[in-house]
Amino acid sequence: MLVRKPAGGQPNPNFVQCVNCKKTLFTAEFEASLRVCQYCGHHHRLNWRQRVAFTFDADSFVETDTGISSLDPLEFPEYAEKHQQAQAKTGMVDSVICGTALLDGRPVSVAVSDFHFMGGSMGSVSGEKVTRALERGANEGMPVIIFCASGGARMQEGLLSLMQMAKTTAAVELCRTRGVPYIAVFTDPTMAGVLASYASVADVILAEPKALVGFAGARVSKQAQVHKAPDDFQTAEFVFRSGMLDRIVPRREMRSTLVSLVRLLGGHLHLEAKKVG
Amino acid sequence: MAKSWKEWEKPILELEEGIDKLEQLIAVERDVEKKASLALRAQEYREKLHKFIDVRYSRLGPWEKVLVARAETRPYTLDIINAVFDEFVELDGDRRIGTDHAVVAGPASLEGRPVMVVGQQKGRNIQERGYRNFAMAKPEGYRKAIRMFEMAERFRMPVVTIVDTPAADPGVESESRGISEAIAASMLSMFSLTVPIVSVIIGEGGSGGAIGIAAANRVLMLEHSVYSVIPPEGCAAILWRDPAKGPQAAAALKLTAQSAHELGLVEEVIPEPFGGAHRDPGETADRIKEAMLRHLAEVAMSSPEAIKQARYDRFRILGRFSGQ
Ligand SMILES: [Zn+2]
Repeated sequence: MLVRKPAGGQPNPNFVQCVNCKKTLFTAEFEASLRVCQYCGHHHRLNWRQRVAFTFDADSFVETDTGISSLDPLEFPEYAEKHQQAQAKTGMVDSVICGTALLDGRPVSVAVSDFHFMGGSMGSVSGEKVTRALERGANEGMPVIIFCASGGARMQEGLLSLMQMAKTTAAVELCRTRGVPYIAVFTDPTMAGVLASYASVADVILAEPKALVGFAGARVSKQAQVHKAPDDFQTAEFVFRSGMLDRIVPRREMRSTLVSLVRLLGGHLHLEAKKVG
Repeated sequence: MAKSWKEWEKPILELEEGIDKLEQLIAVERDVEKKASLALRAQEYREKLHKFIDVRYSRLGPWEKVLVARAETRPYTLDIINAVFDEFVELDGDRRIGTDHAVVAGPASLEGRPVMVVGQQKGRNIQERGYRNFAMAKPEGYRKAIRMFEMAERFRMPVVTIVDTPAADPGVESESRGISEAIAASMLSMFSLTVPIVSVIIGEGGSGGAIGIAAANRVLMLEHSVYSVIPPEGCAAILWRDPAKGPQAAAALKLTAQSAHELGLVEEVIPEPFGGAHRDPGETADRIKEAMLRHLAEVAMSSPEAIKQARYDRFRILGRFSGQ
């Protein structure tokens, strides 16, 4: 994570260090550039609040479904403690936040996954929130935008986590039958059970530069690497070359790209809403 | 704890071998009295063996279930297909770049009625395992499955999928050809169908590789099969940095058919014959067939749109959380 450069033993809040090139950056400039390093272009991971603030119309985000929280259905070793620690660290209930927002004045249904909460892993709660975001879009005729950031399914909820892959994918199918566009944004990292479910079947897939994107974890991949993998294996660039995503979009262009896509792909929804109104 | 099924089943196999040898002796023995006493001993051994198998198989722990589910003598998908269906015409190819022998698929006849079958196929020896890629499907396999699902919808054929895979193929080539997209697209296709779908997990239900063809109206599991979000060894490596703690991870993951049923994630656990499916593949196939027919008939009582909706609703309620 981001390391503040120690000055005389105390971290100086005016400076931060790039996690990639290790250069020292002015905090104010770093924030103004949406936490992208001005020297090497490294896109630092965002928490969900930063993501919402950088993407949607100011103060338009309304969080929904705040009442659901995780159980420990398998009584899995150390899960309750780890989950509580993650809550204390992030102030979140679980790894996904969902709600509605405006994008250049147009209503959208939103889900944002936050890697800082147990690696953004998908258990019952995250799966439910992603499903509700997709269903809300399908039922209310709002384009759906999901920011992915996840190591995959949450092993501490066992098979219940695996079932979220099917549940969320079913909700994507619902959006398709209702003609509601769904845009997924792969951020660092988008992996395994999340990549192999709702993330990969979006109508449009965008990714942040150099985001880690892949199916198998590093350990498994290394074992299975019969053929030598390219240097950029399991990055957004590799996945783009493979034809598995539409565009790699630098963070400063993400909002405007989403605005255009929502306007162009969701135009019919706007017209229908007008007819009804 | 045994590391493999062979190791775990060794005492049983040794007893069985001992009985075989006795039988051979009895066959060539001419002395009537000796023959009778040998026969008595063989009978004692058989009773002992029966009890032994009964005890071992009625108390299988989660890790033993993993070993049994992976056993190379267990009936595999094609064994089940050949026994359950009157006719099966294997079709192949993803119509894009290739084929995948980890997935077998095609139309079949179930009691005279056409159905579409998609399953994952393991191999028994080194050559077969290589040919089947250890039943780890590549993108081509899932795209072949999608072809079959779409054909089933066009021709109003119910779909049966047979799950037996450790995982989807994790290799570099599969990544570059979109293994994640292929799995997700396969589920998406299943959710779009208005014909009944029944999935049967006969051995290993390995995470994404399994759910990729198990987005069904009904999911059934053989008694000693397993279904897991992650292989127990992988889970142990992450949790305790020790893949050898697979047995502990298997218990924590609640990956048995019985646990999946208790959690409400599968509709039915199909009992295996005495001593496991591998001791009587024919009887195993008969039981699968009976359950398959029953569930297909139940699902088929609804209208096409209701069948699709029921599948959505089935998965929609899965998950455990508090609050609304
Ligand atoms: Zn930098």
